[in-house]
Amino acid sequence: MNFTRRQALAVTAGAFAVVAWPGAIAPALAAKNDAEDLIRKFTGGKEPAKGKIKLDLPEIAENGNAVPMTVTVESPMTKDSHVTDVLVVADANPRAGVATFHFSPASGAAEANTRIRLAATQNVIAVAKMNDGSVFIDSKQVKVTIGGCGG
Amino acid sequence: MAVKPRIKLDRKEARKGDLVEVKALVAHIMESGQRKDKDGKAIPRKILNKFVCTVNGKQVFAADFEPAISANPYIQFKFKAEESGPVVLTWTDDDGSKIVGEEKITVT
Repeated sequence: MNFTRRQALAVTAGAFAVVAWPGAIAPALAAKNDAEDLIRKFTGGKEPAKGKIKLDLPEIAENGNAVPMTVTVESPMTKDSHVTDVLVVADANPRAGVATFHFSPASGAAEANTRIRLAATQNVIAVAKMNDGSVFIDSKQVKVTIGGCGG
Repeated sequence: MAVKPRIKLDRKEARKGDLVEVKALVAHIMESGQRKDKDGKAIPRKILNKFVCTVNGKQVFAADFEPAISANPYIQFKFKAEESGPVVLTWTDDDGSKIVGEEKITVT
């Protein structure tokens, strides 16, 4: 078999695409700590869908001791349709849990901002639970220059 | 610990149904329990693990904090103005003590 350089590249790229595909969400969850367990416990084993929830973090955090984080969930926040809880985990901290926010229709908007500690460059994952039981997920990688867990 | 949290509402008066933004900052060490002192002993964990905001006695927002929350925790959230009354923010420490701050909202 004689491949031209171009064909060879195309085949290689294709192979990578196939390898990457089954793990569309999985890479974000390839955790070193208890992040996955926490998420599973939170969702009750349900597969979270992408969308609705948005996690806002800086791409590069110079100081992992205080990284501003905003999580917003699209929802009318009415009695019939609202966000009940949002779980935030970090997959390379010594302990994955970061915070859980509890909302109700009285919150008016499912939005919260706080500052978090990140020990190293890692993915931060947010999972939202709606009152009808559906779950949504978003994740974001943050590059951390100086870790924020002592040491 | 007699700490006075700093709380700021983006407005003191709101129309019914308006969204009011709350920003709050409280001085606290938030010791994660992961750090070691110079003798190599772990410094015991001491964090504020729970936060609740009530307006006129009704809970509008709550959060559970883990050690991954920064020292001097800052929190920002919103609530829907329904009725006038006190906006009470309560942080609960690992040792059970509470830090409480209060503001007022007038709803017209």
